[in-house]
Amino acid sequence: MNRVGVETKTEMVTVYIMGQAYQVPAGLTILKAMEYAGFRLTRGVGCRGGFCGACATVYRLPGDYRLYADLACQTTVKDGMYLALLPSTPAQRKPYDLRKVKPSGETLLALYPELARCVACNTCTKACPQKLEVMDAVQAALRGDIPKVAELTFDCLSCGLCTMRCPAEIPHYHVWQLARRLYGAYLAPKAEHLRRRLEELQSGKFQAELDRLMTLSKEELKELYKAREIEPE
Amino acid sequence: MSVYPEYMQESIRRVEETRPARMGTNYPRLSLAEQEELLRRYHPDYKPEGKRPLRVGPSYGELVPHEVADLLEAYPLVDPARINLSQVDYDVDVLVIGGGGAGTVAALWAHYSGVPADRILIVTKLRHGDSNSIMAQGGIQAATKPHDSPAIHFLDVMGGGHFTNDPRLVRALVEDAPFIIKWHEELGVMYDKEPDGTMLTIHGGGTSKKRMHSCKDYTGLEIMRVLRDEARNVGIPVLEFHPAVELLTDEFGQVAGAVVWSLETEEYKVVRAKATVLATGGWGRLHIQGFPTTNHYGATADGLVLAYRVGAKLRDLDAVQYHPTGAAFPEQIVGLLITEKVRGLGAQPVNALGELFVHPLEPRDVESAAFIRECLPPEKGGRGLGVTTPTGMVGVWLDTPMVDMIHGKGTFQRALSSIYRMYIRFGIDPTKEPILVYPTLHYQNGGVVIDEHGWTGIPGLFAAGEVEGGVHGKNRLMGNSLLDYNVFGRRAGMSAAAWAKKARVGRLTLRHVERFVEELRRAGIPETRRAPLLLPDYRGTKTLARVVDLL
Repeated sequence: MNRVGVETKTEMVTVYIMGQAYQVPAGLTILKAMEYAGFRLTRGVGCRGGFCGACATVYRLPGDYRLYADLACQTTVKDGMYLALLPSTPAQRKPYDLRKVKPSGETLLALYPELARCVACNTCTKACPQKLEVMDAVQAALRGDIPKVAELTFDCLSCGLCTMRCPAEIPHYHVWQLARRLYGAYLAPKAEHLRRRLEELQSGKFQAELDRLMTLSKEELKELYKAREIEPE
Repeated sequence: MSVYPEYMQESIRRVEETRPARMGTNYPRLSLAEQEELLRRYHPDYKPEGKRPLRVGPSYGELVPHEVADLLEAYPLVDPARINLSQVDYDVDVLVIGGGGAGTVAALWAHYSGVPADRILIVTKLRHGDSNSIMAQGGIQAATKPHDSPAIHFLDVMGGGHFTNDPRLVRALVEDAPFIIKWHEELGVMYDKEPDGTMLTIHGGGTSKKRMHSCKDYTGLEIMRVLRDEARNVGIPVLEFHPAVELLTDEFGQVAGAVVWSLETEEYKVVRAKATVLATGGWGRLHIQGFPTTNHYGATADGLVLAYRVGAKLRDLDAVQYHPTGAAFPEQIVGLLITEKVRGLGAQPVNALGELFVHPLEPRDVESAAFIRECLPPEKGGRGLGVTTPTGMVGVWLDTPMVDMIHGKGTFQRALSSIYRMYIRFGIDPTKEPILVYPTLHYQNGGVVIDEHGWTGIPGLFAAGEVEGGVHGKNRLMGNSLLDYNVFGRRAGMSAAAWAKKARVGRLTLRHVERFVEELRRAGIPETRRAPLLLPDYRGTKTLARVVDLL
């Protein structure tokens, strides 16, 4: 049986958490290494599975000038790693009314004029833990190509690492959210079968059948369940 | 070079050898009787030593896992006498406890029902959106296609729950489902579609029709971030890092808000509300029976504790959902979710010998039981055909390279990009090598009893999402949790708005907590445990042994 917290004999590595050295087992993620070292986290931790973007982390490795950026829950510690969790990203989001904005590049630029300050340095792309083509998305936004922005940024977790590194001070993930909603609401083709199904529901087409199901005994429901026709794979 | 050790690679070669013969065929689906037998012998829920009857409270005598009983039978975190209720910090019409999917939907629909945004407050333990909702990968069910219907969806849900569900709740779930998808489409959720707009739908475990709508394998993330964005546009205030530690009642016995506590400044705040929606999510971080979990950090069943003290009934908490496919290797990602969509796209579960041993899409509890049977050693009644990892985990193979072989090269990376990314990070290419999986604690099937309007039966208290029970009976099907939080979040939000319009809140009290403490003492329960838990503690044992509270 699998158990939580299986203790295994592993080699130890030294990591510097906000400047202080700690010995932790090799092979742990940064998040688990911090906990092993005794940190009880409230900031810098969320889903622990690479989906929420709460654990944005920056680090350096010995003998390497680069500043790396990644998610603490998805990155394995390395010996000599110097790291800091980012508790939050200060980035201003502009409110808007989805029903009133146009699905065009002007909308993006009107709300986020700093997009035009992009110097194409590609730092955002290098900072992205999801390995998205962030700078290409900025360029697509400048061209007003909303479908492209939506496609390139779909896997964005809003961790804020690109935004913290950007010399043009663009709040990328807020722009991406706006672009994706513009795409989904206005530019993506509408699902005709869905519209028809809602009409059917409103006309009460399924009422009688559901009413009847509600009156059936467990045994009768079981018989119907067994007789269901399974759509082929 | 493979990161799998040589002995695991040897097993992978057997998986590769049997693959051509397995392609295009499948293990037959089990009959209801065969399913029941498998569950009885191998599902962790059927181990009597894992549970005990509750000794206090409105669901006295009901069996729940020890880890849950420990919390429901615990003493309050704060002594009610130390809380000054005469100083109200926030005075609102609708308080929503929990900033995940259910809470956000409830707040939006309370607003759409006429409550001004600034008369609503969401309080949440971590950040707005940090939740199990955001982690959901595979999809959301709704009968939107012509050959499908709410009635067929109804039967699938009832059968998946072994006919233990509350049919009124199931009806609400399936009847509202197409509306929810339409609402999302209007809000700008990017569902996977054909070029003509037809939504792509696939099977999930236990579905009879392909009705799983998805947004790649980031379905939960995409829906949650759009809902959160909309709540921000509307201007609904959110208090982050403020978990609720007790509900409040007034002298008439209705729920009237909550005491919340700042994780950062460690002060409490009093929120008075005419209506309260409980949307605190589930229990994965209790690690029931020692299982790893797919759940987010805050999934500690706080809502069950709060609701129980105020007199709400609980149901089906004896049923724990173990997702069949949690990652079992490498160690860094143990327990994390591998969406059912991987099996929906054709990947088969096979044992150490490369043999297919169960249909890939049985209901989750049945699939999990089959995995456990395969892995348990023969002396414990299993087949001993699992693969043991260097750190002592055991699992079966999920033959992921089949996805691209069936659907074409590039499918896995496109349709399952989060899973692909996660494995690539740790040196495994799931389009070339299979991945090792084992059941992981995934979902709280039961919870607080509600009616089809999201009302708990306690005046002023509504509930939505994973914290409530009855919708899924004793086993939830894939794709019905995202649906659940939308359907019942909406219903609870509308009910809370309607209640708030006519409610009058009297003098605030914590009398219900004092009464609960008296009951605990009468039952002879020692004062060793406190609840709600708020967060799990994963600090190393060496540190914990020397921790003293000085500041």
